Amino acid sequence: MFVDCLGAMAFDELFRALADPTRRDILRRCAASEPSVSRLAQAYPMSFAAVQKHVAVLERAGLVTKERRGREQLVQTDRGAVDRARRALDELESTWRGRVDRMSDLLR
Amino acid sequence: MSVTSVDKDYENLTVTLIADFDVPIDQVWELWSDPRKLERWWGPPGYPATVETHDFAPDGQVKYLMTGPEGDTHHGVWRVTAVDPPTSLEFTDAFAETDGTPIADMPVSTIRVRIVDREGGTRMEVCATFESREEMDTWVGTGSVEGLQEAVGQIDALLVQG
Repeated sequence: MFVDCLGAMAFDELFRALADPTRRDILRRCAASEPSVSRLAQAYPMSFAAVQKHVAVLERAGLVTKERRGREQLVQTDRGAVDRARRALDELESTWRGRVDRMSDLLR
Repeated sequence: MSVTSVDKDYENLTVTLIADFDVPIDQVWELWSDPRKLERWWGPPGYPATVETHDFAPDGQVKYLMTGPEGDTHHGVWRVTAVDPPTSLEFTDAFAETDGTPIADMPVSTIRVRIVDREGGTRMEVCATFESREEMDTWVGTGSVEGLQEAVGQIDALLVQG
């Protein structure tokens, strides 16, 4: 089943990280460019510390990587991790397609 | 093949399936409400399901296990959040210990089902989405509440250090 291919721990962190709209927005921005944490912080109506915390959650889930450049921390989205989340959704789809097919057989 | 359409929303990690059946609405509802029927379609091929508890009421639970080809068993539990026969059902599905306690750190999904009459048949819409662990901590019990209080305590400590 789908859990096996992802590893349960990683899976939970991944979805917890993705469950927040601000974090999903951060992912989008950091896929398009490689902003610093302070640049990112300017984009949201919240404190620098709050944005930093969101970035930390994403980093723990393996969705972004941070790279120190001079005095700045640059944040970049890890495409591979985002792909894992997409595959999990694909698995969910195929699980339900199978279920609906079996329901359909039972109703025949 | 009765799946009419599938919509995948990668942004919100949601899959929505629409299926049309040539039978009256009650027969479709029974696939969910009758545990003997439910166990005939819930498990994937090779993993037949056995429904042990089936309480279709708000806050009710459905406990099941799936038996694999090696005799391996995989337990799961639903927590029903809303039920209105024969048209709607909402529940959270989690992997569970043998006693039905949800397992920490395993994926949880929320499923919303809508069933309506349509042109002499029945249309069923299933919307499945991944749930964050935080969402479902509320139903795991006191352990999590303590965990939350601990976390709040830590935030307080940070503010004091400020």
